[in-house]
Amino acid sequence: MTGTAKAYATVEQAVRDCYGRLVAYLAVHWRDVAAAEDALADAFLAACETWPRQGVPDKPEAWLLTAARRRLVDGARRARVQAKAVPELLALAEEGASPGAEWEEAEIGDERLRMLFLCAHPELDPGIRTPLVLQTVLGVDATRIATAFVVKPATMGQRLSRAKAKLRAAPLRFEMPEKAEWPGRLEAVLEAVYAAYGSGWEEAAGAEPRRRDLAAEAIHLGRLLVRFLPGEPEAQGLLALMLHLEARRAARRDAKGRYIPLSEQDVTLWSADEIGEAEHHLSLAARAGRMGRFQLEAAIQSVHAHRSMTGETAWEDIALLYEGLVRLAPTLGAQVGRAAALAEAQGAQAGLSLLGELPQEAVRSYQPFWALAAHLYGRVGRLEEAREAYSRAAGLSTDPSVRRFLQERMNGL
Amino acid sequence: MHYTVLFYESQEEFAQRQDPEKKEEYLAGWTHYVKALRESGVVVSSSGLYPPEAATSLRRRDGKMVVQDGPITETKEQLGGFFVIDVPDMEAALEWAARCPNNAVEVRPNLPPVR
Repeated sequence: MTGTAKAYATVEQAVRDCYGRLVAYLAVHWRDVAAAEDALADAFLAACETWPRQGVPDKPEAWLLTAARRRLVDGARRARVQAKAVPELLALAEEGASPGAEWEEAEIGDERLRMLFLCAHPELDPGIRTPLVLQTVLGVDATRIATAFVVKPATMGQRLSRAKAKLRAAPLRFEMPEKAEWPGRLEAVLEAVYAAYGSGWEEAAGAEPRRRDLAAEAIHLGRLLVRFLPGEPEAQGLLALMLHLEARRAARRDAKGRYIPLSEQDVTLWSADEIGEAEHHLSLAARAGRMGRFQLEAAIQSVHAHRSMTGETAWEDIALLYEGLVRLAPTLGAQVGRAAALAEAQGAQAGLSLLGELPQEAVRSYQPFWALAAHLYGRVGRLEEAREAYSRAAGLSTDPSVRRFLQERMNGL
Repeated sequence: MHYTVLFYESQEEFAQRQDPEKKEEYLAGWTHYVKALRESGVVVSSSGLYPPEAATSLRRRDGKMVVQDGPITETKEQLGGFFVIDVPDMEAALEWAARCPNNAVEVRPNLPPVR
């Protein structure tokens, strides 16, 4: 590789590896997400111009951080006449105390965490929190975020800008919230991280490796949360949940990319290391004696994971855990999950009865409902209703491999 | 609010409609999708279209309508059918579009009817 090619490759690698960390760091210190992003973009551009000529610096991230800061300082000087320059200059004074050269990885980790909590600010629309996390903490661009959320790219861009403007305009605090504020914000933080994980999870076929990186990044954030909020059982629960799901990645599709449901997955393909780590965090969480949604969801996955050791699934346990989950967070997903577990534990009819209690309007276009209904109708021999439900489920699938799987099930009735 | 969901198909996809081996799978994907749309109660109207070879286009040149075989524009993908759906917003329309079994789909808001 020539020096130039190597320099470009390093810039590209740096963009992938540290964009999120750097934006978070700069935004927290500068109290302006949009300005931090602009400055960082300039810094990357400067790197593309400078590195091929002068060689890649020893610490590329620190170089980029210094360059971005210089841009911010220049910008602030130009804006000095404006009133808004005052807080910026105050921030600048603070900056002086910690020059870029002495910047440490641990410190950056801390900033990302602050940025996470900032994205969960109660004054922000809940719907924009995860996109904001994806962009400012994980460095995902607006078009990809729009794709993950099936929203017009222009709309997503506008929403993100509005949210950033709000963070800038309101006297919102960029500091870590007081401990008393944690419970209020933590849930939103955890939900945002889990949704970030989910947007990586859907593409588990591996067609797009960058999406897989996203799931890995979300797990990284989960680890960060556990490290900085020791003894917070829900943070540990979330980490355990993500690790349990991640452990099964290799088993979710066959070599041809076909969808394989959990009950038919080859357990030898599950990652024992990740299961072990998940179990570790879940048992630590249990010590706090405070049950929550993520711990329950992780516990459900934990029972599934035990199949790799015992060869069996304790459906009664899963049904009980879902019972608790439905009480805490009565989402459609939890209700359908409970019906599935109950059907396995007590028979298909029990599951069908529960499904029948769900509001018709809400489940009309909810794919998992129809997939489960199809399976259960098939088991009790109501074949016509099973076919109908399989068809609905297939028609509501966005994933072609899932659609094909459902079609095959339907044809096999 | 009405939205039109336009499905575009490549030549290969159009060919599948006639291919005895692939026809069934092609049709099955659409059957399920159409059923899901209809059962959810969002469909206003819809139609599949014959392939672009069946198209005849008219274009006015020098004040005279010139008739020619084929579609107006020659592109890699051609309109294969459409749904007009009644959903609350663009996001709901996009959600439905994402479920379609083919690979290219366009969503546009309908203008309010001319009175």
